[in-house]
Amino acid sequence: MSDEAVIRVKNLRTGFGDHVVHDGLNLEVLRGEVLGVVGGSGAGKSVLLHSIIGLQKPWAGSIEVLGQRVLDLEPPERAALEARWGVLFQDGALFSSLTVAQNIQVPLKEHLNLNQRLMDEIAMIKIGLVGLPPESGRLYPAELSGGMRKRAGLARALALDPEILFLDEPTSGLDPIGAARFDALIKRLRKTLGFTVFMVTHDLDSLNAICDRIAVLADKQVVAIGDMKQMLNERHPWVVEYFHGPRARSAGL
Amino acid sequence: MVKADESTGTTTLNQTQPTPAWIKFNDDEKIALGGSWTIGEAERLDKELVVIHDGDGSRIIINISELERLDTAGAWLIHRTRKALEAAGAEVMLDGMNPEYEVLLNEVAANDQSYPPLLHTNQLAEWIARTGEVTLDTLRRARDFIGFFGLIVLTLLRTVTHPTRLRLVPMIHHIEHVGLNALPIVGLISFLIGVVIAYQGANQMKQFGAEVFVVNLIAVSILREIGILLAAIVIAGRSGSAFPAHIGAMKEHEEIDAKRTLGLDPIEVLVLPRLLALVLAMPLLAFFADMMGLLGGGLMSWVVLDIKPDQFVERLGNAVSLWSFWIGIIKAPFFAVIIALVGCYEGFQVGGSAESVGHMTSRSVVEAIFLVIVVDAAFSIFFQLVGV
Ligand SMILES: Nc1ncnc2c1ncn2[C@@H]1O[C@H](COP(=O)(O)OP(=O)(O)OP(=O)(O)O)[C@@H](O)[C@H]1O
Ligand SMILES: [Mg+2]
Repeated sequence: MSDEAVIRVKNLRTGFGDHVVHDGLNLEVLRGEVLGVVGGSGAGKSVLLHSIIGLQKPWAGSIEVLGQRVLDLEPPERAALEARWGVLFQDGALFSSLTVAQNIQVPLKEHLNLNQRLMDEIAMIKIGLVGLPPESGRLYPAELSGGMRKRAGLARALALDPEILFLDEPTSGLDPIGAARFDALIKRLRKTLGFTVFMVTHDLDSLNAICDRIAVLADKQVVAIGDMKQMLNERHPWVVEYFHGPRARSAGL
Repeated sequence: MVKADESTGTTTLNQTQPTPAWIKFNDDEKIALGGSWTIGEAERLDKELVVIHDGDGSRIIINISELERLDTAGAWLIHRTRKALEAAGAEVMLDGMNPEYEVLLNEVAANDQSYPPLLHTNQLAEWIARTGEVTLDTLRRARDFIGFFGLIVLTLLRTVTHPTRLRLVPMIHHIEHVGLNALPIVGLISFLIGVVIAYQGANQMKQFGAEVFVVNLIAVSILREIGILLAAIVIAGRSGSAFPAHIGAMKEHEEIDAKRTLGLDPIEVLVLPRLLALVLAMPLLAFFADMMGLLGGGLMSWVVLDIKPDQFVERLGNAVSLWSFWIGIIKAPFFAVIIALVGCYEGFQVGGSAESVGHMTSRSVVEAIFLVIVVDAAFSIFFQLVGV
């Protein structure tokens, strides 16, 4: 991990109608780190993620990813930037009319010019990497279980070996063994591919196992950021409740 | 023996890849790899790694110490090459390994799984099998549709005995959507068709000096056929697509399953209000279409043949009996049932993908229009036989 910030959010203000979701939110994500973003349901974690990847136009503030201002980019520059990150949406967001293997090949086709055999091979590796059986490559999303859809979504996010991985609740809907394996996978891959992870999660085990730093979203802002030790010493009431509640105890914090 | 394309390492610099990947063949037994072996270079490397080996059991050393970057695609290419060489009988050593690459190479090796092969069969056999499948599928769908119809009738009977179960509010909502909101387009189309019939009719009738019979032509065609058909076709386009799209999207999001678990009968909640709304609205739409068609025809007769409105109305009374009017209106509820049933049925057939919503929607419209016209033809024959 270096001190260089790959994502820089300054004074972000977002909302819907007259409902303000973020107000004066600041956040920096450093190269190579795994940042866990926590917060209550409806705190605006998904909205923050969508704003950073440019799906949601903020009311005010600036967002920089890999040194580029996401909101001001022209379409070709934007496409080039998008090839450098991968996103796993909260509900998988697979293309329902394509098989899993074809889903993984969508970014490959969009950004590169590879022959079909090579794309098939790459898709099969990604399918294996995320722990899906080879047969699932030919299945359609509707034929997968919720957890399998999540893995397939992750495989698609990993298709281009991105520099930044955005994960929205990657381990929800996975069984504990699968979740632990997922954590281990992220840890392993990060070591080699050197990607940065922006991960929204409620999973205390994941936070503990793989996150270098944790950012807490509450009161429309990031109220605390730091490693697990710092979180345990935080005084903000929500943070205290979260990291000292019964679930935190059973997770061994 | 290892051979490859000699054009190695000469490609231009790519903005995200600092150094292009290269492959060097030092002698028969030593290969050096360098640069950034990433997915952007994969296509080129894939072509260059045309590995030929004569299987003499020699040792081959692949030196990767000069690699600058390696990603999954690059690691896969190295792994694949190594595997191919080993399969040909060589002993392959990887030299200059660093721990990071090792993790990645191991990861790739562990997930080396070939794409499940597709079964290739005889074209003719496949064609015959497909024909059989389509036939069976059509029969199955016909059976399902009849079952669906029976289910609706049963639910309808239950509702008749317990009228409180009728969902009045959704029904009124649907009457507004399928009926009221369709008025402008149904009216406009009927009016224009009335104009066209009057104009064309006038041209023909003039040749026999029988201009005044244009009124008969307009009255009979609009009242018996055109008014109701236009209304039915417009509604088949509107509601025949809206019903399956709406029900299909609900099915996609498990809303229908949720309704069932909450003790709501999907037929009662989703189908009956739509069906009854359409059955009530269609005769009214048909009536409106009739009036607008006559209005268009009347206006045109006035313009081109100078038949005054009062003459037109008088002539109308002589030309057609009230039966002509009722024959059109009687058909309306039948067409309404067809459109509503086909639309709802196809909505419930949606499954799996967003694509299937579109597929079922277009199928519903086509089937509804087709059935409306078939039933209209049957009615014509029937009325001919009973002599009205
Ligand atoms: N498209 C939208 N239109 C209107 N309001 C929205 C929209 N998307 C999100 N919101 C609102 O923004 C707020 C934040 O939503 P967000 O989805 O970011 O929550 P979250 O922190 O991801 O919660 P969860 O943990 O449940 O996923 C919520 O109050 C939600 O009602
Ligand atoms: Mg969310």
